Amino acid sequence: MAEPRTETTRDGVATLTKRDFTSDQEVRWCPGCGDYAILAAVQSFMPELGVEPHRTVFVSGIGCSGRFTYYMDTYGFHGIHGRAPALATGIAVANPDLSVWVVTGDGDALSIGGNHLIHALRRNVNMRILLFNNQIYGLTKGQYSPTSEEGKVTKSTPFGSVDHPFNPVALALGAEATFVARTIDNDRQHLTGVLREAAAHRGTAFVEIYQNCNVFNDGAFDLLREKSQGVHNQIRLVDGEPIVFDEGRRCVIVGDNGRPTIANTDEVDPEQIIVHDVDGRPSLPFSLAHLSSGPTEPTCIGVFRKFERPVYGEAVRDQLRRAEERLGKGDLRALLHGGDTWTVA
Amino acid sequence: MHEANVAAFKAGYHFGETTELFAHAYRVRPAPAAPGTYRNVAGAQALAWGLIAASERSGLPLFYASYPITPASELLHELSRHKQFGVVTIQAEDEIAAINMALGAAFAGQLGVTGTSGPGMDLKAETLGLAAIVELPLIVIDVMRAGPSTGMPTKTEQGDLLLAMFGRHGESPLPIVAAASPADCFEVALEAARVAIRYRTPVVLLSDTFLQNSSEPWRLPDVDALPRIDPGFARPNGEGFLPYARNEHLARPWAIPGTPGLEHRIGGLEREDGTGNISYDPDNHERMTRLRRDKVAGIAEELPPVEVDDPDGGADLLVLGWGSTLGTIRAAAERVRAAGHRIATAHLRWLNPFPLNLGEVLGAYRTVLIPEMNLGQLALLVRARFLVDARTYSKVQGLPILAEELEREIVRILDG
Ligand code: SF4
Repeated sequence: MAEPRTETTRDGVATLTKRDFTSDQEVRWCPGCGDYAILAAVQSFMPELGVEPHRTVFVSGIGCSGRFTYYMDTYGFHGIHGRAPALATGIAVANPDLSVWVVTGDGDALSIGGNHLIHALRRNVNMRILLFNNQIYGLTKGQYSPTSEEGKVTKSTPFGSVDHPFNPVALALGAEATFVARTIDNDRQHLTGVLREAAAHRGTAFVEIYQNCNVFNDGAFDLLREKSQGVHNQIRLVDGEPIVFDEGRRCVIVGDNGRPTIANTDEVDPEQIIVHDVDGRPSLPFSLAHLSSGPTEPTCIGVFRKFERPVYGEAVRDQLRRAEERLGKGDLRALLHGGDTWTVA
Repeated sequence: MHEANVAAFKAGYHFGETTELFAHAYRVRPAPAAPGTYRNVAGAQALAWGLIAASERSGLPLFYASYPITPASELLHELSRHKQFGVVTIQAEDEIAAINMALGAAFAGQLGVTGTSGPGMDLKAETLGLAAIVELPLIVIDVMRAGPSTGMPTKTEQGDLLLAMFGRHGESPLPIVAAASPADCFEVALEAARVAIRYRTPVVLLSDTFLQNSSEPWRLPDVDALPRIDPGFARPNGEGFLPYARNEHLARPWAIPGTPGLEHRIGGLEREDGTGNISYDPDNHERMTRLRRDKVAGIAEELPPVEVDDPDGGADLLVLGWGSTLGTIRAAAERVRAAGHRIATAHLRWLNPFPLNLGEVLGAYRTVLIPEMNLGQLALLVRARFLVDARTYSKVQGLPILAEELEREIVRILDG
């Protein structure tokens, strides 16, 4: 499904363009919202997949992210709060030829819809889940979310939140997601690179996108998002590469306690620097997810983990095929007449 | 030895208390057995097979998603055994996931079905509202059990009629069909599918614990003579696609992903008539609200009229039933008639909309008695709709109404 197909397009033209994926609906996020950048990146990226709009489905839930569906000129289903992964599971299992994308937010996916998220990841349904994490409830005008930091002062927590936040990447890893990544709304190149890898993955690809809500939580990700600070604080994970950041000045090594720790590159033996491995021990991506306690410290972005295991929809179809092989194609008459029958003349 | 006996006694007792078996037998008029091939069938089986039949006759793969719950799990078990029919069964992570998966599959062009019992029905309510506004075919089965809350999970009741009718926020009308006997479950499943597909609407199918677990002789239908169901998927016609345009049944197009040129977005926000764009326009909302209502009400146009059984003619009392009380009502009527009384009976398959002649039928009798395993839910609907002073005969003990109980009530009224 994710393999680029260039042979057919809806007009018989060999190339798709951003316009093919852009609906005629007026985009209605607040001016300056990070969602615009994500939308533009996704619309620009979709053509390169070579999957036509009519074979693409966007599914969303409730929250600012939920509107995303309306702006994509593909098939779309804007469901109810938190349930997009379940809706998308039905769609993806029903038709394996579709490219299915879920767009969700931190409240939608991690609060009301937490159950569906972890079970979609566990099943490894063939879909991509883009979680726009802005660490706030935007659509309902500014309450703390399950990813808001402790002490967060919002309308519903005037004395500060006492809730401990989720770490979405760690949560997805814990649910044994086969593809887990993090990227940033305004870094078009990095975002597109992650989307590209997510699209090529078989199974559920989970992508957390740090997204600035400039109205209710402005600047939450500045340390990583602003160019001047980002160069020092983004830890870009690259499979097979030593984890070095801050223009080479700092790196990640195994600390005395056995955990990844940040060190000054010139103070360590290069052998000590951790080499990222997306398909190795699950403890590595998990500990990298916990390297920072939030986007207020140097934080890893990129693909944390990527590996293969059976894809749910394929397993479902295999079972149908095997049943038919073993029992023959279903025969309704035989089904009804099976067992004890008697005849009245 | 004594202890072992006590333990065995308790084990047996607890099994009896928690298992979904009913020790009630009905003697229905020895049916002049029509020629044909018969078998015994339980409600759960017949319902599952009816869904498979609907899948065969519509050409739509059956997609059943459900969360384990007593007593509806039996449907999941039964359907899971028939994968050679292409039946996808998913044991979802919860009730809400189950209905959303089924709705997603429906969007993708399959026969989406979910089944549950009362508590699960509560949980599915929000998605039922979504299914109503996106106007996609979906079947939601509620195998009713004694409530409220966990209630008596292994005991029967008809307590969810008003839930099916009104249990969603906003104006959210849905067709409701109820099975009357174990074998009837087969036909009702086909009916539900036919209406869901033709009208692009979720349909609530009511069964109950008693029906689900009882069996009866069933004259097997000729499978080739079962009605075909045309999914009527939308096809591109070269013009602009209007996802909320309506046909003569007020149904909108079912345009499934994968169809070039029909890309469109649906969702829970109010749609503009025709275009399906989001709309908060006051007049549009009123129009759409009425359209959704009229669509469901319009199903009545094609429903068979409710038939009255009044063999002696001239009865003053009509016993009106729905669902699994059919056997009781027939048996009670027989006893009352054998004692020389005249009574009429009628049974509803569709609870929403009602058959078009129902008002007229009710108006023709001095007394209308509605026996129900609840505190009078159909009676409430009938009174409100037809201003008929219907009486209720209630039994809420988790047990079916017995023919002699109903007989006593009928005689008491007749002797008035
Ligand atoms: S409230 Fe925040 S997240 Fe929502 S559209 Fe406005 S800026 Fe974006």
